[in-house]
Amino acid sequence: MAKVLMKGNHALAEAAVRAGCRFFSGYPITPQSEILEYMSWRLPEVNGVFVQTESELAGISMLYGAASCGFRTMTSSSGPGFSLLQEGISYLCSTEIPTVIADIMRYGNGLGDIKPAQSDYLQITKNGGHGDYRCISLAPSTIQEAVDLMSKAYELAEKHRNPVIIATDGALGQIVESVEFPDPLQHDPDQFEWSLKNIREGKHKIVTSKIYYDYIGKDYDNHIRERYDAMKKEELWEEYFAEDAEVILVSYGIVSRCCKEAVLTARENGWKIGLIRPITLWPFPVKAFRKITPKAFIAVEKCALPQMAEDVAMAARGIAPVYSMTTGSFIPSGEEIVSFAQRVMDGKEAEL
Amino acid sequence: MTKELKTPTLIYTANTFCPGCGHGIISKLLALVLEELGIENKSTGAVAVGCACLLPESFGCDWIQAQHGRAPAVAAGIKRVRPNNFVFTYQGDGDAGAIGIAESIYAAKRNEGITTIFVNNGVFGMTGGQCAPTTLEGQKTTTTQAGCDYRYNGKPLELAELLASFDVGYVARGSVCNFKELWKTKEYIKEAVQCQLEGRGYSFVEVLAPCPTNWKMTPVESMKRIEDIGMKYFRCGVLKGGAE
Repeated sequence: MAKVLMKGNHALAEAAVRAGCRFFSGYPITPQSEILEYMSWRLPEVNGVFVQTESELAGISMLYGAASCGFRTMTSSSGPGFSLLQEGISYLCSTEIPTVIADIMRYGNGLGDIKPAQSDYLQITKNGGHGDYRCISLAPSTIQEAVDLMSKAYELAEKHRNPVIIATDGALGQIVESVEFPDPLQHDPDQFEWSLKNIREGKHKIVTSKIYYDYIGKDYDNHIRERYDAMKKEELWEEYFAEDAEVILVSYGIVSRCCKEAVLTARENGWKIGLIRPITLWPFPVKAFRKITPKAFIAVEKCALPQMAEDVAMAARGIAPVYSMTTGSFIPSGEEIVSFAQRVMDGKEAEL
Repeated sequence: MTKELKTPTLIYTANTFCPGCGHGIISKLLALVLEELGIENKSTGAVAVGCACLLPESFGCDWIQAQHGRAPAVAAGIKRVRPNNFVFTYQGDGDAGAIGIAESIYAAKRNEGITTIFVNNGVFGMTGGQCAPTTLEGQKTTTTQAGCDYRYNGKPLELAELLASFDVGYVARGSVCNFKELWKTKEYIKEAVQCQLEGRGYSFVEVLAPCPTNWKMTPVESMKRIEDIGMKYFRCGVLKGGAE
């Protein structure tokens, strides 16, 4: 298929449909509403189901029902709406039902503001709901990458029987870029042993937490540990001039593009800066840190308080000190990032 | 006329409800109806949080454990992708009338093709007998220890009347306090199931049920309380879409 110009949110929705998504239920909130709008007309074209629900709580609940039947499903939200999804995400993890959820992050606490942000990092990666779980979280940095990651998101969700979160932001959702789509996939909802079918198969099924039935008297605790240990092997990242770098920036999503500019700007001036760009926010790509020895790591993220920086600090233990550059309301320029790195090297910034 | 009492095959083992609980009776009525209509193999239930969630331990259709209050949304998600299945919710008053009232109303507002069995026993049973949306005036619960006072708690929620105000297929309220009411309630459940099978939209049956444990009464006293007090406030009968 030829390249087309498309808005990020629309492209994400189209990519989901092409990956076999046939059910979307959700609620409007800026800056993700275009996903909802696109699905409202696109899914009926492919005999799929779209429902605009009374709340995000209802949206993810309806999705939970459809996903339990083996269908590829999706919902999306942002900010306060993403908080309301957490109840359902915890249930989807406990019942081991795969789905894909997109968080088009906006800025600020409470109602906050509609500008782009990366401030849901901790909520996305450290189980934002109750209990012990994680969601594999994919953070594309371009619209093309978002499209390319979509079928991978469903594959990972079904492989591990767990929700996968696509973590983008208001900038990636709203900008328009050229993108090429893959051919549509066919998904058979009846291929799974665990799903609810049209006819009861022998003994009845109960879609619920394993803590109640399958694992009574068995080792539920280790079952949970083994599930998430298996998911931890799915680390994905990009290295950008990292091998010989004196300073390594660590950044994802839209901000990683600014960091690439910073790397090039510094290198034009003879200073070797590099970038590690996590593609999976969880599992955080700790392996990327094992073969490099810079003098400093700088976590660059678009939030007010260090969030991903905490994971960078864990990954960088024993390698080099970690610094946090949080750009809050602003998308940083490459030059601002280089200046921050210079201050780090001059001893003018405090370690995290 | 005699009625033959038989155990439906859907009830695959003894239930774990308290002695005298209404859930055992109501779930048996549902099982009888599903088997009479020959749909026991294509029935899927979204079960509420509360005592209702013990039901899959004795009732052998396919189940999904919904979040507290969200069963109508979960069931609607299933029904929309598996339209040929009989899909129902089984919920208590705290679940459908308090935390999940938005999901209850929107199942009716969208006229979702699902069926709700709503068990009204006037208390939060599983958590130890707290005040529910359906608690009656003067009723002692662990959070209304001097008796429920309408001036503070408001009057009991009439969920059947509320949902009947929407353009839905079928709404009825029954009781299991004596055999006459019990068999009427079974007919209401049957009509609700048929409403879904015939594609006539959302159907809802509220059932006034006893909770001897939290009412601190014997099972017999509990049944009498429903007859003498409960049915005076909650009027039983078909509220919408009765047999033509």
